[in-house]
Amino acid sequence: MPHFEYALQRLLQAVPLVLIIIGINFVLIHAAPGDPLDVLLGPSEASPQLIAQMRAEFGLDQPVWVQLWNYYGKVLTLDFGSSFRYREPVIDLIASRLPATLLLMGAALVFGTLIAVTLGILAALRPYSTLDNATTIVALAGYSMPVFWLGQILLLVFALHLDWFPAQGMVSLRAPAEGMGRVLDIAYHLVLPAIAYGIYHVALLFRLTRVKMQDVLSQDYIITARAKGVPEMRVVLRHALRNALLPLVTVVGLNFGFMLAGSVLTETVFAWPGTGRLLYEAILSRDYPLLMGLFTCLATMVVAVNVLTDILYALIDPRVVYR
Amino acid sequence: MPSSTRVSSTARENWRVFARNRFSVVGAALLVGLLMATLAGTVFTPFDPDKIGVGPGLAAPGSAHLLGTDELGRDVFSRVLHGLRVSLFVGFATAALASVVGIVVGSIAGFAGRVADDALMRVTEVFLVVPRFFLAILLMAFFGANLINLVLTIALLSWPEIARLVRAEFLSLRARQFVDAARVAGAGPAELAFGEILPNALGPVIVAGTLLVGQAMLLEAGLSYLGLGDPGQVSLGLMLNQAQSIMRSAWWATAGPGLGIFIAVIGINLVGDGLNDLFNPRARER
Repeated sequence: MPHFEYALQRLLQAVPLVLIIIGINFVLIHAAPGDPLDVLLGPSEASPQLIAQMRAEFGLDQPVWVQLWNYYGKVLTLDFGSSFRYREPVIDLIASRLPATLLLMGAALVFGTLIAVTLGILAALRPYSTLDNATTIVALAGYSMPVFWLGQILLLVFALHLDWFPAQGMVSLRAPAEGMGRVLDIAYHLVLPAIAYGIYHVALLFRLTRVKMQDVLSQDYIITARAKGVPEMRVVLRHALRNALLPLVTVVGLNFGFMLAGSVLTETVFAWPGTGRLLYEAILSRDYPLLMGLFTCLATMVVAVNVLTDILYALIDPRVVYR
Repeated sequence: MPSSTRVSSTARENWRVFARNRFSVVGAALLVGLLMATLAGTVFTPFDPDKIGVGPGLAAPGSAHLLGTDELGRDVFSRVLHGLRVSLFVGFATAALASVVGIVVGSIAGFAGRVADDALMRVTEVFLVVPRFFLAILLMAFFGANLINLVLTIALLSWPEIARLVRAEFLSLRARQFVDAARVAGAGPAELAFGEILPNALGPVIVAGTLLVGQAMLLEAGLSYLGLGDPGQVSLGLMLNQAQSIMRSAWWATAGPGLGIFIAVIGINLVGDGLNDLFNPRARER
């Protein structure tokens, strides 16, 4: 079972990374200017009992290594404390906001990939055509633009001036719909943020698909297939595309962290109620438990996706050699 | 042949390779124009960027105010020039700092190998996996939002990339004959590493360092949009955040600052592509 062993090995390699991520929080609590209690209790006036309770709970009067041990114990049982602002356990807040982020990310990923791959194939088939040049320029622009500014421009043009799409939020507050109407309402709200969010993704995957397709299309087995009289459509889609798409899996997986970062900015622009917007609110109110909880959860997700990407790649590419 | 002509002919040849890609020339022109405008802006801007009421509130772009005014009657064009200066400072300072640290660490790892190499690779792996933007947010929120912390934070998150690159170049260069020749001629380790190998490894580093400037500017814009920029400086990110509340009546307050960042970053990226053509011999053959 080489696959199983490889998967297990990759999972084990990820463990120290997660521990380091948690450790970063601990170091920050202690390295930041001021008393660690300020960070844990927030700006509100805490009663002496609460201060004493927190001191005991975090073991702040004990040696640092005991504190570190306690901290790991808490975080590994998903106890990130309570948010100052919402007065709710951090983990509950994150869990309630995560679906919106995954929806936004999923929509951008699916449509972005379809568009990027289609354009990439067309550009690879006709290099230096008008379509190729135009798409290359747009992709270059997509790389060089702050993602939130693109969101603002879309908002300005398509929501405020043309009034084609809603400007803020995930559902209409005035006429809440049920069932299918609600799904459509969410989809309607999703369009602008997903475009703003997906452009970078399209830019990245377009360039990659174009290069890989050009690469694959010049290989001997493609020439053989054409010589045998295989229809061009079939050559491109079945023989070439399947091999050109392999590296895309890795790139999408490794860019997950970057995409998650983009979600913070996009969700802030469109008031999209996901983890990114939550992070912005946590920054504004200096809600440290919430900030640290979000960092730990999101960074751990990135590590997990990286590991899954590696495993998935090993499964779909028979050429991967297990070491 | 006098040496000055030789230098200028090399420069001309380099420019010819660089300019073969017309986009690179456009990028260079954008960048030079922007730098000049920003430099001019440090001595003279049409209006004091921080002064309230230099014009009517929410005035549309026109001859008096090139990019209009915001809700407090501040001149957007003057503010964009000042904001760009901060943004370019962060970009170049970060890239310089990250490059120096990356070159030193990468050279040591690539030349000394073994323990130093292993240790460095473990550290860079952590930095490559932990999402940079989130770590930057955390650091800025904990240690305070100011210009120095901004540069230190972004540099801290960027040097491992350079270090890996330098290490890889060292690994491929240290077994070459010219290094052996220098060693036989009696060069010490320091001279081999920094006198012989490093100069030949710099090409890709210059390209990566250039692209880093653009990335750092985008990161700075994102952080200050989230309210984590230096509150004492005019910042394009913060301007864009504040412009959102007046978006319906003043599109120019959103368009101006964003366009500034966009032109700067696209200029830098295009120059980076051109430098890549120059330093990457494989691309040069095309």
